[in-house]
Amino acid sequence: MRVLSVVLAVLLSACAQQPPRDDSLYRDLGAMPGITRIVEGMLLNVARDPRIVEHFRRVDIQRLRNKLIEKFCVEAGGPCTYTGDSMAESHKGKNVSRSDFNALVEDLIAAMDKEGIAVPVQNRLIARLAALRGEVIEH
Amino acid sequence: MRLFLIGCLAALTVQTALADNGRLIATGGASSLEGAAGGGITPWAVLAGYGEQHEWGATAFATTVNLADYRLDVAGLALAYDNRVELSFARQRFDLGTLVHRLNLPDDHLGQDVLGMKVRLLGDVIYDRLPQVSLGLEYKHQNTFDIPRLVGARRDSDVEGYLAASRLWMGAAFGYNVLVNGSLRYSRANETGLLGFGGDRRDRRSLLKEGSVALLFNPRWAVGVEYREKPDNLSFAGESDWADLFVGYFPNKHVSVVLAYARLGEIATLADQNGTYLSLQGSF
Repeated sequence: MRVLSVVLAVLLSACAQQPPRDDSLYRDLGAMPGITRIVEGMLLNVARDPRIVEHFRRVDIQRLRNKLIEKFCVEAGGPCTYTGDSMAESHKGKNVSRSDFNALVEDLIAAMDKEGIAVPVQNRLIARLAALRGEVIEH
Repeated sequence: MRLFLIGCLAALTVQTALADNGRLIATGGASSLEGAAGGGITPWAVLAGYGEQHEWGATAFATTVNLADYRLDVAGLALAYDNRVELSFARQRFDLGTLVHRLNLPDDHLGQDVLGMKVRLLGDVIYDRLPQVSLGLEYKHQNTFDIPRLVGARRDSDVEGYLAASRLWMGAAFGYNVLVNGSLRYSRANETGLLGFGGDRRDRRSLLKEGSVALLFNPRWAVGVEYREKPDNLSFAGESDWADLFVGYFPNKHVSVVLAYARLGEIATLADQNGTYLSLQGSF
């Protein structure tokens, strides 16, 4: 009985500290397999995008892919941990312009369109990522 | 006029190399009747074309509004730089239709030129918490002043200003993006200036409210409504507030089409001037 109450107390306090995360966006994006395809599709679009491909010339694409998947997963409310540098840190000195940011948004939208992601779901992810714009551009 | 337009178009084609189209699709809006980037009957705070910082944007457009008794044709251009300043020009021709013979009028149409300037004061329509806010000035010149003079208009040219605010609310309607615009205009233009400026009833400028709401089904399709308050300076006829219901299609960053049902109400003594609005825009 005492064990049970301790377990209950631990469980309850855990619940109090970590309210169940809203992972509906994560699920709507197709969970890990879906997010992986979206990130890879976006990076393939970037590779063909003369407006911004220069920015990615000396980047470890495999590492970028993995960190982006983590980042998108976290932003979508998924069960991931982002292990990369902060947005500000990773874009420092890159001189990303407002136009560059928009170009990447367009490459992302094209990737999501190809995956058949519904527009309202796309809008939710873009809204989350748009909030990071200030840390990305003009550093 | 036609030569001027062709010359400008040629200049714009050369300009194309400089335009980097750094802004997202549809964020340059359509071309309003007075030439400024925006909706159809009201301007938005956005600037013409797709130029971001250090980039040029330019548009050319043609619009036709077919009403019960009249027809309005407009053609014009806009040039923007740095997502900061916009210059625009629009030439309007308003065919008076059957009214010419009924009232034995000296002209069969009314004409007006509008030179506009818009400056973005602050904000970004998509990315900022605050709305994008722009200040606009329009110099309007009525080219066929005989009729406006006859019905009591006081002057054939005038300057008016407007303050416009635009903001995109992401996912605001069932997950779809909603663009909201509001503006305040300070003007004494009769029927936007087609019937001159100021009148026998009132010769001072009025503060006029304008607004629109657009729902974006995706980045390329929008439907919405617009509203524009108008003054009542002339005693010979009432002047109605304008409204319309529109569908906008932006297949790419070079072309857009707007089709609308416009309710323009009473114009120069004839009531129920409602009809179709069709506008085609090229962006460079």
